[in-house]
Amino acid sequence: MNLPSEIAAEALSSKLSVQGVSKTYHSGARRVHALDNVSLEVGEGEFVCLVGPSGCGKSTLLSVIAGLDQADAGQVLTDGAPVVGPGRDRMVMFQESALFPWLDAIGNVMFGLRLKPGLDNAERRKVAEYYLHLVGLEKFHHAFVHELSGGMKQRVALARALAPNPRVLLMDEPFGALDALTREQLYGDIQRIWQQRKKTIVFVTHNVREAVCLGDRVVLFSPHPGRIREQFKIDLPRPRDINSVELARHATAITAALKHHVRPETEAGE
Amino acid sequence: MKRFLQALLFFVAMGLLWEALFRARLWSPVLVPSPVTVGQYLWEALRDGTLASAILVTLKRLLLGYVFGLALGLPLGLLTARFRLLADTLGLLALGLQALPSVCWVPLALLWFGQTEAAMFFVVVMGTLWSVIIATDNGVRNVPPIYARAARTMGSSGLHTWLVVILPAALPFIVGGMKQGWAFAWRSLMAAEIYVTILSGFGLGHLLHYGRELNAMEQVIGIMLVLLVIGLLADKIFFSPWERFLHRRWGTAK
Repeated sequence: MNLPSEIAAEALSSKLSVQGVSKTYHSGARRVHALDNVSLEVGEGEFVCLVGPSGCGKSTLLSVIAGLDQADAGQVLTDGAPVVGPGRDRMVMFQESALFPWLDAIGNVMFGLRLKPGLDNAERRKVAEYYLHLVGLEKFHHAFVHELSGGMKQRVALARALAPNPRVLLMDEPFGALDALTREQLYGDIQRIWQQRKKTIVFVTHNVREAVCLGDRVVLFSPHPGRIREQFKIDLPRPRDINSVELARHATAITAALKHHVRPETEAGE
Repeated sequence: MKRFLQALLFFVAMGLLWEALFRARLWSPVLVPSPVTVGQYLWEALRDGTLASAILVTLKRLLLGYVFGLALGLPLGLLTARFRLLADTLGLLALGLQALPSVCWVPLALLWFGQTEAAMFFVVVMGTLWSVIIATDNGVRNVPPIYARAARTMGSSGLHTWLVVILPAALPFIVGGMKQGWAFAWRSLMAAEIYVTILSGFGLGHLLHYGRELNAMEQVIGIMLVLLVIGLLADKIFFSPWERFLHRRWGTAK
């Protein structure tokens, strides 16, 4: 198969630098201090997981990095250049798949490619087919969204996010709504694809084991206001199995830290 | 095929019941003519060309006004969904006028345009326009915001997002509004044709009206049957394919 240069080209990743980002938004009459002076460095090709209870601002941070939301203060740099809006160098995978129901699977994957200059339609199709194959859905090119299971939807969403060859992949609790078995398969797939395509990944979750299974580093957030509390380097060999004892031990330690940081806030707030 | 046969059987049974009631002589044959007499009238009208020309005149008026109403209503609905100011002004007006029975436009159209094609056109447009605006506006407001966010990360923005994401996402609502607009347009046109004689063309409404004037019940019933068939065909030909498309893509229950 003669793949377009698009795929053959060296996969690239970016360095991310979050500098003193604060964000407050209004939810009805309530002011929510979602992020308070958050700074974070993510290395090229690093897999970083943001963990914390709901309302800790981790999803807001992801939106700010994506350029979908504006920070009130501070800035985000990708390879030294400030983020001013959404860009194809940073693709997002959302909690719900956010696939377009009026397009079939390959149509969804091609959506972003159609907006990418320098490709003709045959090349776009080839690229889309390559990524659908990568996520294991080569037999479902023409399936409509409602015909796919939850796990398959997220696979299409992953292919759609990967297709424009971004340098950074931002994942917002992408497996939250899936059953345990499907999730385990996707943990394997995402690690394989990450190693193959060398993306910088920022992955938001409230599941500590998931974070330990996937991340090179786990960053702990606490809510009201959203702040980074602690960071854990995970040195386990890959591919990692979520059921391994070693992994569970890391997760237990992080969960203990999480409880320590969060308890006072939850009693006062939620 | 089985469903078609069931439907056929149902209508044949209705016809037989009708003939039986006619033969029972419960009512005067002037008021309840035999289906055979009605069939004879339709056959005659078909042969001398009055029926075909009336259908043509009516459908031309309907399509002209309907297409114009759609072409105007769709962009206006998008605009009221996009701009708060338009929603609070034009949107409110549309909401009010949509609830107005479209027959109410007929006296106004007559005074403004006289007994002309323009009056017919106006009435059909008014029947279509408001419900299309409301449905489009409503459809756009029901599009999950995450679609536009996802599209933005892939490099879509501005008009592109509206045309390629929001418009197709709102399609189920828009088709519903188109269907309602069609029904309103059809009703208001019939009312106008029964109400007003226009020398530039006799539509089905006029045939219905003259049937009454001449006490020709077979004509009244015959034309009503034609109207019923046209309504059914319009639904099956224009709207069913859209609805099947939506059903297949969205996986919504029919």
